[in-house]
Amino acid sequence: MVTELFPLVLEGAETSRRGKRLVGPTDLTLNGQGLCVVMGPNGAGKTTLLRLMHGTARLTGGSVRWACDTDLARHHQAFVFQRPVVLRRTVEDNLTYPLRLRGVARAQARDAARRWAKRVGLEPHMTRRAMVLSGGEQQKLAIARALITEPALVFLDEPTASLDGRATREIEAILLQAKADGTRLILSTHDMGQARRIADQVVFILGGKVHETGPADAFFDGPETPEALAFLNGDIVE
Amino acid sequence: MPAPPCNNRAGIPRENRPTCGKTRTGGLTIVDLWEGLRHAFWLVVTFNPELTEIALLSLRVTLTALVIACVIALPLAALLAVRRFRWRRATIAMLNALMGLPPVVVGLIVYIFLSRSGPFGALGLLFTPSAMIVAQVIIIVPLIASIAHQSLRELWAEYHDLLISMNVTQVQKMRTLIWDARRALLTAALAGFGRGIGEVGAIMIVGGNIDHATRVLTTAIALETGKGEFALALALGFILIALALGVNLTIHWIGQTERDSRW
Amino acid sequence: MKQWLIVGILALFSANLAHAADQMRMAVTTSFHNSGLAEVLLPEVVRDLDLEVQLLVVGTGQALRLGRAGDVDAILVHSRDAEEAFLAEGYGTHRREIMYNDFVLVGPSNDPAGIADAETATNALQDIAAAGAGFVSRGDDSGTHKKELALWQEAGLDADTFGPWYRAVGAGMGAALNTASGLDAYILSDRASWLNFGNKSGLELLFAGDPVLFNQYAYLPVNPARHIHVKSDLAARLEDWLTSVRAQALIDEYRIDDETLFVFNAK
Repeated sequence: MVTELFPLVLEGAETSRRGKRLVGPTDLTLNGQGLCVVMGPNGAGKTTLLRLMHGTARLTGGSVRWACDTDLARHHQAFVFQRPVVLRRTVEDNLTYPLRLRGVARAQARDAARRWAKRVGLEPHMTRRAMVLSGGEQQKLAIARALITEPALVFLDEPTASLDGRATREIEAILLQAKADGTRLILSTHDMGQARRIADQVVFILGGKVHETGPADAFFDGPETPEALAFLNGDIVE
Repeated sequence: MPAPPCNNRAGIPRENRPTCGKTRTGGLTIVDLWEGLRHAFWLVVTFNPELTEIALLSLRVTLTALVIACVIALPLAALLAVRRFRWRRATIAMLNALMGLPPVVVGLIVYIFLSRSGPFGALGLLFTPSAMIVAQVIIIVPLIASIAHQSLRELWAEYHDLLISMNVTQVQKMRTLIWDARRALLTAALAGFGRGIGEVGAIMIVGGNIDHATRVLTTAIALETGKGEFALALALGFILIALALGVNLTIHWIGQTERDSRW
Repeated sequence: MKQWLIVGILALFSANLAHAADQMRMAVTTSFHNSGLAEVLLPEVVRDLDLEVQLLVVGTGQALRLGRAGDVDAILVHSRDAEEAFLAEGYGTHRREIMYNDFVLVGPSNDPAGIADAETATNALQDIAAAGAGFVSRGDDSGTHKKELALWQEAGLDADTFGPWYRAVGAGMGAALNTASGLDAYILSDRASWLNFGNKSGLELLFAGDPVLFNQYAYLPVNPARHIHVKSDLAARLEDWLTSVRAQALIDEYRIDDETLFVFNAK
């Protein structure tokens, strides 16, 4: 059964915390074409926007609507955090965890774990404790764990921000493969090179509001808004 | 009535007076420590049946209390870690404070409840090992829960984002936390065991220290000390320490074997 | 692995202690227990009556409380006034005298208050008060404590007005003797506890024999009208045994260090 999540429509969506407005009110429509990159300088609200869409940031105004029921949509999503969160277990147990939660039998879960470990290059580490892996390996684990339940959509919050060039490329390769397999991805980054490399769609956010969205090529060749242009030129850092 | 022996010696010069009863020079000395150790060794090596009886009862009462207390305290600690509710801070503060509850007071309260004149008297639990178990459970639950809660809360801080994102249910959250923190929880349990095995005030009151029924190592030690039999009391004390050490080592050994195997 | 532990625990839990056919509970005083007589009598009771008597060894005050609460089936204490009050309030059915022993005054070997030469017990106490010599009191509402207070009263002294030489410890006989030993103080003790006491140190028995130091033990069954569940039939059987010729022989022959301790006087 294929659940169609998209289009995702945000109308006047905003979220505040302790009286301070973090994001919004802002409008956004995503139809989930390929890999969407959310870009903006530090503090623009990229992480919060992702959480708002995913449902882990509390909506204090406006609406966030999926094509299907919100709970159903959440069931088919996964989130990868900027600093990898791994369970204090083995690599294998980390991978089987989301499947076991959903009632998948142990043998099947172990098979899936093995397949995914292989895909991200973690097979030799299957029985090692996840806490002893390097940063890059942990993030790969987190991504594999996100993908193992075959979600329709995966959010990734600056997944390679703390990693070196090589790990970054490896992870980008994994993500592109996932995209090819049909998983939609929404990813935030402040690394322009990364955005150019992998984006199909771009969402530009500044000061908590979405200023511009559109196909990646169009955006990079000629952004519409002056803020976006300034950002691309490296004039806005904060 | 016939005169008891060792009459009033009025009229007999002091030097000629017979001494009544034994005398012993010196109070408690290092010699008694050595005596105690020797006595302990002798009791153990000969499998002294009385010693075995009270040692086994000690273990039975405290280990049973420990299991029951863990069943109560660990989920409670996990619940307090993951669930936000209005009285959470107050409950945690209360648990911490209850750790300092004097065991004798717990014993008195349990006695009042289990006494024949009390609400649960009809159960006939007073002066049985079951009453002792009840008292010990009450004493060690706050201890285990407090320590466990600390570890679980730290782990929850780590897992929070991930598990919320995965839409995990409350029960699944608790189970995940308890399983992943199991080593720290084991320490909490052992702290509870230590508290229980060395406890004497509460179980003296609710158990009655009845010979062959509710006498355990700690109450026997209290009894012998009261009689002035220090060497025997020390002997029992050493055995108690050895027993506690044994249990701790065993549990740690069981814990170690988990390290490299897959569970 | 975990299954092991659980099985082991269950096994410990279900291990059963052997029982005689019938069981009853009796509260006795620490003085009685310290005499060691119980260790002689109880096995005989098991043999003769197939009755296991579980002893709760507590102070007189607590024994009476247990009787009032119905948590025991009978009590064996040595404090006449308290016993009469207990009966008057309807908590016991009657009082049966079983045996007596005596109290003795114990103190430091050098006897600073010179009580060894006293004529009567009250004189001895007056000597101690006059000398301000250290004195340890049970202070726990026990039979011994009540006896001590009665003696002070007869000596015309009020225990409440005593200076720091008088120390009420609030403990059992053994513990109080320990304290007296540690402080080189005088103390009123029952003879049996004194003889059995294992830590005599610098203490000695200095005064005994005055009839006023007479210590009567009585058996009081708890009133079943107050507490239905009380095993009054078993309590009655025990009473019959305790007042029998058999018990008389055992009690009169009981010795510590070749000294008899108790004198049977049941009628």
